[in-house]
This record gives sequence, C-alpha cells and structure tokens, in this order.
Amino acid sequence: MSETYTAPLTFSKVKAGKGLEAALELDRAGVINEITASGLKGRGGAGFPTGVKWNLAAAAKDPVKYVVCNADEGEPGTFKDRVILTDHADLVFEGMTICAYAIGAKKGILYLRGEYTYLQDHIEGILRKRREAKLLGKNAGGKKGFEFNIEVRMGSGAYICGEETALIESLEGQRGEPRNRPPFPVNTGFLGHPTVPNNVETFAWAATIMSKGSEWFKKIGTDKSAGLKIFSVSGDCKQPGVYEFPLGITIKELLKAVGGLDAKAVQVGGASGSCVPAREFNRKIAFEDVATGGSIIVFGPQRDMLKVAENFMEFFHDESCGQCTPCREGNGKILEGIHMLQQGKCSMHYLRELCALGETMQLASKCGLGQTSPNAFLSIVKNFPDEIMGRAGAAQE
Amino acid sequence: MLTPERDQLAENITKWIDQYGGNRSALLPTLQEIQKRHGRVTEYAMQVVADKLSIHPVEVYGVITFYAFLDTKYKGRFIIRLCRTISCDMAGKSRVARQLENDLGIKFGESTADGRFTLEWANCLGLCDHGPALLVNSQVFTHVTPEKVHDIIESCRKAFGAHTLQKEEVHIA
Amino acid sequence: MTDKNIKLKEESRAPVSSSVQKFAAPQNEKAIGATITVTIDDKQIKVPMGTTILEAAKKLNIHIPTLCYHEDLCVAGVCRICAVEVEGQRTLQASCAYPITAPITVRTHTRKVRQARRHILDLLLSKHYGECYACARNNNCELQALAKEYGVDFFRFGHPDKPRFEVDRSSYSVVRDMDKCILCRRCVRTCIDLQEVGVLEVAGRSEASKVETFVDKPLGEVVCINCGQCINRCPTGALRANDPADEVWAAIDDPAKHVVIQTAPSPRAGIGECFGLEPGQPLTFQMNTALRLCGFDKVFDTNFSADLTIIEEGTELLIRLYKALVQKDKSVALPQFTSCSPGWVKFLEHFYPEYIPNLSSAKSPQQMFGAVIKTYYAKLMKIDPKDIVTVALMPCSAKKFECNRPEMCDSGFKDIDYGLTTRELAQMISEAGINLPAMEKSDFDDPFGTATGSGVIFGATGGVMEAALRTVIELVTGKKVENFFDHADIIPVRGMEGIRYAEIPIKEVGPVPDLVKHVVKDWKWLKGATLKVAVAHGTANAKRVMENIKAGGKLSECHFIEFMACPGGCIGGGGQPIPTSPAIRAARARAIYAEDTAYEVRKSHENPAIERIYNEFLKEGPCSHLAHKLLHTHYTPRGKYIV
Repeated sequence: MSETYTAPLTFSKVKAGKGLEAALELDRAGVINEITASGLKGRGGAGFPTGVKWNLAAAAKDPVKYVVCNADEGEPGTFKDRVILTDHADLVFEGMTICAYAIGAKKGILYLRGEYTYLQDHIEGILRKRREAKLLGKNAGGKKGFEFNIEVRMGSGAYICGEETALIESLEGQRGEPRNRPPFPVNTGFLGHPTVPNNVETFAWAATIMSKGSEWFKKIGTDKSAGLKIFSVSGDCKQPGVYEFPLGITIKELLKAVGGLDAKAVQVGGASGSCVPAREFNRKIAFEDVATGGSIIVFGPQRDMLKVAENFMEFFHDESCGQCTPCREGNGKILEGIHMLQQGKCSMHYLRELCALGETMQLASKCGLGQTSPNAFLSIVKNFPDEIMGRAGAAQE
Repeated sequence: MLTPERDQLAENITKWIDQYGGNRSALLPTLQEIQKRHGRVTEYAMQVVADKLSIHPVEVYGVITFYAFLDTKYKGRFIIRLCRTISCDMAGKSRVARQLENDLGIKFGESTADGRFTLEWANCLGLCDHGPALLVNSQVFTHVTPEKVHDIIESCRKAFGAHTLQKEEVHIA
Repeated sequence: MTDKNIKLKEESRAPVSSSVQKFAAPQNEKAIGATITVTIDDKQIKVPMGTTILEAAKKLNIHIPTLCYHEDLCVAGVCRICAVEVEGQRTLQASCAYPITAPITVRTHTRKVRQARRHILDLLLSKHYGECYACARNNNCELQALAKEYGVDFFRFGHPDKPRFEVDRSSYSVVRDMDKCILCRRCVRTCIDLQEVGVLEVAGRSEASKVETFVDKPLGEVVCINCGQCINRCPTGALRANDPADEVWAAIDDPAKHVVIQTAPSPRAGIGECFGLEPGQPLTFQMNTALRLCGFDKVFDTNFSADLTIIEEGTELLIRLYKALVQKDKSVALPQFTSCSPGWVKFLEHFYPEYIPNLSSAKSPQQMFGAVIKTYYAKLMKIDPKDIVTVALMPCSAKKFECNRPEMCDSGFKDIDYGLTTRELAQMISEAGINLPAMEKSDFDDPFGTATGSGVIFGATGGVMEAALRTVIELVTGKKVENFFDHADIIPVRGMEGIRYAEIPIKEVGPVPDLVKHVVKDWKWLKGATLKVAVAHGTANAKRVMENIKAGGKLSECHFIEFMACPGGCIGGGGQPIPTSPAIRAARARAIYAEDTAYEVRKSHENPAIERIYNEFLKEGPCSHLAHKLLHTHYTPRGKYIV
C-alpha cells in the first residue's frame, strides 16, 4: 500500500510521549479543562465535544470506568483510521492513556474492525512496546497510583458496531444492536460502567493537543469547529488518499488540493453524509455547515447519481442491525424504489412517498444509522432531479 | 466429528473463554478463535460455548448470524471478499467481480465444489483509495484488475498445501 | 412460623442494555429533584424521576400506541410506533424507552409523529402476510387494531401476496407462522428474559433478521417447554396454540363416540374475557350449560382429579418422609417437586434431568382424570373405553404436549385425546352461536360432580401447596386445619412473589386415618418436626430455586416444593385469553380464591367422590399397585444439548 498518498500530517511532528507527560503534570480537572478549551469535537462524525464527554464520565461516581477506542471504521469512503493506526498508533494509545487519567479509568479497549485484522499484529506490537516502556500498566507514565491497560478486541464484520452503544453491546458479547439512549455510555456503558467511546482520530488529537497546547488547536478552524481534521479522499480525483485540512475549508479548496475540480458532486461524510452538488462547492466542511467524519467521495461528471444512491442503499440495506422498524424495512423500500426509478416504473407520487419515508426514517429510527441512511438518497433526489425523474414516469403525475 | 476431537474442541473453548475474561464479554473473541481454527462454528461448538458461559445456545447462534465474519456452515478455505461499496464500485469492481466468477466458476455467495474458495461481497473494506480492493481471508489485495484476479487465485492454490495464509488452520469434519 | 421474604441471589439475566433501562424509583419522593413536572400535550403532571414518557402519559389518560412494549417484559424500544416529539430534540423519541430526568415538553400527535406512525404501520404491513379474516387472532390483534386506529385504508408500501416461510407445526403445543411476525421481539424477551428457557432469539440482521430457534430447527426438536407464554404476548397471529377444535367437533358429531370434557379451574376464571367481560369473573356453571349445548356428553370438573392428585402426591410425600426420616433411606429424593405443570416437568427434564427422582411420580390432574375415565368411569357406565373421547379444557399449551407423551396410555388407550385451551373453547362456543355469559347455570355431571375448594385453587400459584397442606395437616394431626389457619386459608403460601418459603411446625400428631394406614403405622416420628415448603412460579424463578438447591442452599432443606411454569400459575397459562398482565392475572387469582371460599367442602380428602373411588375402585388405597399403574408416571431425561 505504499502508493497511498498521505499528506504530511501534524501527527508526524508530535514528539512521542510529550502529551502524556504534560497531562500527568496536571491534575485530572486540568486535563479536561485543556481538552475542553481546545474546542475538540468527536472526529467520528457526530461531533460531540470531547471535553464535555470526558467531564461527564469523570463526574460519574463509579470506581470502574472504561476508555474505548472506536476503530470500527466502516463508513464508506473512510480509511483515515487505518492510516493513523498504521503510522501513529502510539499517539492514539497516548490519547487513550490521557483520557483514562482524566476520567479515572483502569482499562481501555481498542475495538478494531474485523476487516483490519491484518493490522492486529502491528497494533499489539506497539502495545507491547508501550507496556515495556512502562507507559501502560501500574504507575503508567511514571505517575504513582495511575494504572491503565489497553486490550485489543476484534470486530467481526458489522458496520453498525461503529455506533458507540452497538460497539459496547458487541464488546459485551451481544448482537451489535444499538441501545436506547438515554442512558448514555458516559454514565452506563460497558458492563454498566461509565465509558468514554471516542474515535481513533479524536484520541490522536487529544494527545497532540496536550503536547502542543489547546491555544494552538483552538486558533485553527472556525469558531464552532476548531482544529485540524484528517480526511479520507477517494473517487474521481487525481490523488485519492489521506489529507489534513483545517475545519472550515470549503469543498472547492479541498477539491483543488486533491485534483477533483471537475466534480459534479461530492459526498461528504460517507454514505450517511450528504451529497453536495457543484453549485454548493463554496460550502464549508465544518460541524456548523457540512459535517463529516472524514469521508470525501468525489463524483466526476460522468457518474450516474442514481447508481450512486443505489450503491449506498445496498450498503445500508445490508448493514442495518434490523431491530427497529423504520430502518429495517425502510432501507429496503428505498432500495426497491431506486430499482423502480431505474426501470422507469416509479411514479412521482410514489417517489414523494419514498421521500416522506426517508424523513420518517431520519426522525423515528433508533440510532444514527437509520437516522442518516436516507440522507444520500434524499440529497440526490433533491440536487439531481434531472437524473432521477427523467427516467421515471413523470408523465403519470 | 469424532469424540476425541470434540473433547479437544471443548477443552480449547474453555481455554479461550478463560483467556478472554470468563464472562459473556469473552463470547466474540472465543467465536473468532473457533472460526479461525475450524472455518465455522459448529452446532456442537455453539452449545459448548453457551454451556461454559451459562447462556442459551440460541443466543450464541443469534450472535453468530449477526456478524458477517462468523459462520455456522462451512465456507471455502479461502474466502474472497470483494468490496462492493461506492469507491471500489467507481474504480471498476464490477469487471473484477465478473472475472472472479468466471475464473472460479461460481457466483457470489457460493463456494467451489472442492471447498477451496468462497466468493462473497464485502461492505467497505476501508481501502477506498486503492480500489478495487479485496480480502482473501485476512490478506489484502488492492488495485485489483481482472488480469490480477488470476494471479490471486493461483497464489491461493499454491498456498493450499503450504499453509502460508493461516498457519494454525485445521479443518475437522 | 413463616418466612415469606426469602432472598435468593438475583442474577441479572437480561442483557445490560435492557436492565439499565430501568431507573430505580427515588426512595424519598419528597426529596428535591425526586419528582419532575412533565408537560404532555399541554397537560402537566408531576412524576418520579425516571418515569418513562409512556407511563406519564398513561397517568394523564393520554393514549400512545405501543407494539413491542409489554408490561411483563424489559423495554426494547424497537418498533418505534410509540414515537413522540420531545421539545428540543432533533429526532422523535420512543416513549416506552425514554426516562424522564428533566422537565420536558412532549407532543404525542404532531404531523411528524402521525406520519412516522403511519409509515411504521405501512412498513410492518408490507411484510405481514395473511388476511385478517383467516387468522386466529382476528379481532384480537394489536397490529390490526392499530391499522384501524390509524385509518390504514391502503398498503402504501405494498402487501405480500405469497408466504415467505413455512408454518412450523412440529410442536404439539405451539405453531409458529413467521409470515405474521412483525419482529417486536416480545417472544424473544419472554423466552430468554421472563422464562429463561432460551428457545427463541433473533437471528440474522437487517431485513433478513428473523426470530429463530437454535440453528432454525423445528420447535418440536428444541428445548421448548411448551409454556406458551410467547403466545400470550405475541401481538399478532405469528404464535398460536395447536388447535384441535376440528377433531373435537368431529368426535362430537360422531354418534358412536362418547365425548367427555373436563374443565380446569383457570379457564373458567378467564373465559369471560373472551366474551367481553372484565378479568376475574368466573363462568364455571354457565360454561357447563354451554358445553352440553355444544354437544359434549358429559362435563366433569378437573377439580375431582386435582383432589385425587393431592391424595396421591400427599401420600407419596408422607412415604418419602417416612423412608428418609425413619428408615434413614439415603436413596429417597427430597425435596419432592410437584409434577402437575407440564411446562415445569419438561423444563426439569431438559435443564435439571439429574433431579427427576425428586419429581412426584403422580400424574397431573388432567392425565389422572383421563386414566380414571377410560377405566373406572367406562366400567361404571358400561361404555367401551375405545368409544370414549376425553377432552381436557386447560389454561395451558403444554398440556397438549403432555397428553401426547407416549407414556400417558396407562388405561390401554390415550388417557386424554385432546387438550383444548381456553381460547379454543371460547372459539367453539361462539361457533355454536352461544352467548356464554348469558347462559343459565348448571352443575357438573356425576359420578365426579362434587369438587372441593382445594381443587379450585390449583389454578393459582401456591394453590397446589395450600391444598396439599390442608390435607397433610389434617391427616397427620387428626385436627381441623382451621385450628391452625383461619378459614383454612394458608396465607403464607399465597401471593405473587416469585419464590415463597414457609415452615409449618408439627406440634401434635393424631391417629393414622384409614386412607393411609397401608403406608404408615403411626405419626410419632413426625411429632416436633417442621415441614419446610416452598413455592415458585415462572421458570425463571424455578431456575433460581434449582440453582439454590444445587448449591446446597436453604431451599435444599425443603420437603416439598411447588413449581409452576407460568407466571402466576395456571391462571397465567399459555392457553389463557390474550392479553395478559400482572393486573389481569391478579384478578383471575382473586376469582379463584373467591370460588374456593364458596365451596362447602374445601379439602381434597373430604371429597365424597374421592372417598368413593378409593372404596370402589382403587381399593388398596393411594400409591398402591393399581394407583401406581393408572395415576403415576415416569419421566424422560432430555438434557439441554441438541445432537
């Protein structure tokens, strides 16, 4: 995989161990304050403020707490965690250790997706080195009384386990079905104990922030979306790969960097994200505008957008956990509708019905998967009506 | 399955469950170990696992059927999983898929008669920048072209006797 | 003298995900923050912290539709039909799963909510194969009711025109039709969490997910105990009992056949619900008239054989105690377990086969009656037993399996030919054009006519124990049980706690009555002893008791334990009217205890019909050779492994 394009990442310039050292010099509240001050938000896509999450878990009264690193990167078009874990796993573990120190956890778990089994040995090797270097275990990082260990658990091929409560269910040996929320994992997580689940990238940034200071991070990006973000870029562009940009970058700027300016649309945020047409390329990639977990898929002028929607819906139709009605049945209905559109058998009336169903799925599904799975279809219908309706039975209206 | 082999399996299951904490959290890693060694989780294995964890066999079955990488039925020794998700799709997975079907003489979801190969779709493998991508067991192949399909299959065939891909794999009938 | 508050180690079997749904109610409701004011549809109410939106709405008399929610079960929050809008939340919330922890404002029928509910119904109907009028649950189906409530007048997302699955009829008791399943998972939660039997679980994922048994084997081949609790909680017709009504009608229509029916106490307390009555209104004597109108030749009271069971099982207990205490026979298995619940019996055969010797060898009342009818009654009436068809009206789906056990043929014929559930009989009665509640009252037929209150209370948890104690106490002390317990109500074994324990000290003994003279010479050995008994209902509780016994805990010192497979005992049986809830079961139990009080004779050994059968037929007395041949049985160790 040497030919991957990887832009120079800030992570390469961070001195190993410096973040942890800085954190261990502070008290717990100090660490949480620093993370909160940086404005770091969850890099998995949902964008929950990391400092707030850690603070909630730290405040929970329970002697047993867990730190969980969500490496179940399954969103179509996302592969940044693979690169981070290959090149900067140390930094991720450092971030986990800092979090454990801040919330008072003794145990950390990295949940690695089954598709990345080939990374397992590498990751275990780094963990071994960290244990040997006394960065894990009793008196970790030389801090008296601070004990922390990290274990790697493998997924087994289920996209939904990237949802934090499904991931916890999976860790508990259950079917990976999301839980009702509230209660939230920060109060009632793994085995009923307070748990902080964060994305691989979030932990890496947390370590970086502790090393370089919250001020440095805060200054980058926009008011509501601070800092840098790692992007996975694929599709119709000259140079697919992993990039680092400040949040707030416009889609146009990003496309320029990756060589995809002739794109007619960009899928921001993977299959569950939204499809942005060329006329909106001035929009910003940030939590307040187009949010993303890092997946950027570029669609060139020749792409059939209905086929794109079909591919996304096939994905969700396969990966829905199947417990709640809107998602279990809805994805299938939309997929079926796409096939009808392709065959010119879908009336305008039914298309509207499907769009309304999409709204219901967004509103009534139990977890993020069902709430976002119709996004791509809805935005393609909205932004590319010519490609959708030209073939459908518009005459029936 | 013969009795001594069953006993050996039960012994291993006990060992794995203890190794992973001895409670229900050990379920998934234990099933992964069984899958890795035996290519599937048999009815017998499911019941032993359930017994050791004091849960119901049907719960173990429910868990196995939830995860794409766990099976209750035999699959080929080499499971070829071709990514079908958008970026690999745009990079030309369809032609690779057809070539795989042509070379192996089976459709997706099927196994070859000699039990060597199973062809499956996979959802996003996280190799979108290298598409089309596929996994053979846990080994990665990227930028696959129809021409490369032949080489991949040949390398598997050659490896069949040599046990290079998975060292500890043992099949028990 | 009693200790009802026995605490066994509570293992939380339910997955953490379900158990964490339950917020503990605040201890002190007056504490600051213990109650929260919530606004639902502009109405306000103060509720304890952690109350769900659904519970709060109920208190305000605001109706929110539900499907996967069930009072007896842990919260799933999967059907999403109970979605409501909570102000400030981007998405709709499932009101059954949303604990109120802050003063929120809820709207229950906004446009978004109505659209979502209608879509959810349309989605469910797009997979729900079958026509309502050709369904066992027509007019008693929660999906159908919701379709009406939301004015479904066309299938927005289609409707299946052919079945996808084959109906599983492999079980004597439960029929599974997965084409009608809407994946609410109530059966799964019933089987795994409520009953802890663990037969059903969701397999597969996404649209392909389906409720399955272990490796999708037929229900008849897995560890199902036939308790039918899943049937009682299924919102649709996906699970139903195996209905033999057609065969029963055919027997009635056949002039050569003499068709007799025995009716158990619990169906009588429940059947009114099938005819629109409130729970807890027994129709015992109206039903006798209706059954004769249907064409049954004789209507008998199962209470007769319940009394017979008490005599046989009570004697068996005394024999076991004598052997253990006097003869110091180590091979005697104690505590003795009751054997009248066929669901419990199969549960033990599967999960605790090593305890089969502890099971009383006495058959259940249903089977005893069958054996008696095809021998004693046949002789008395001079009817060839091969022409007699015995039907049993039971609150139970497991009874259907029981009457088909190969060993239940001691009369030379199948002891019981058909087991009917309460629901199926109600169906037959309405098919005959009979309005049951309006029927005149009439008595049971002789020669088994007179029953006792002891037989009646078999229907409620603790009833068998109470009946047995009434008889054993009188046989041993020679004194009226009323001397020890007011009105002969043995309150310590009553109630709805899952596991109850009681100690009965025997301070005095009397002469040995004639009935059991052939087994013991005197009672001296019992003087000063303390009889320790326990009661458990629901197999989850049964499992807890068994684990306690296995571990040598307090309950292993018991002498006699009553087990009922179903929560609440037979009144909550898998053949009872649908729906079920703790309140409905309590109402049925009240009806049963009220009936007991109304009986003149309330003790099994005082039943004249019982005295008569031991004088005329079973002349050597209880547990004698003939009694053993006809009234006792043996069990099959099944184990939990499926090979």
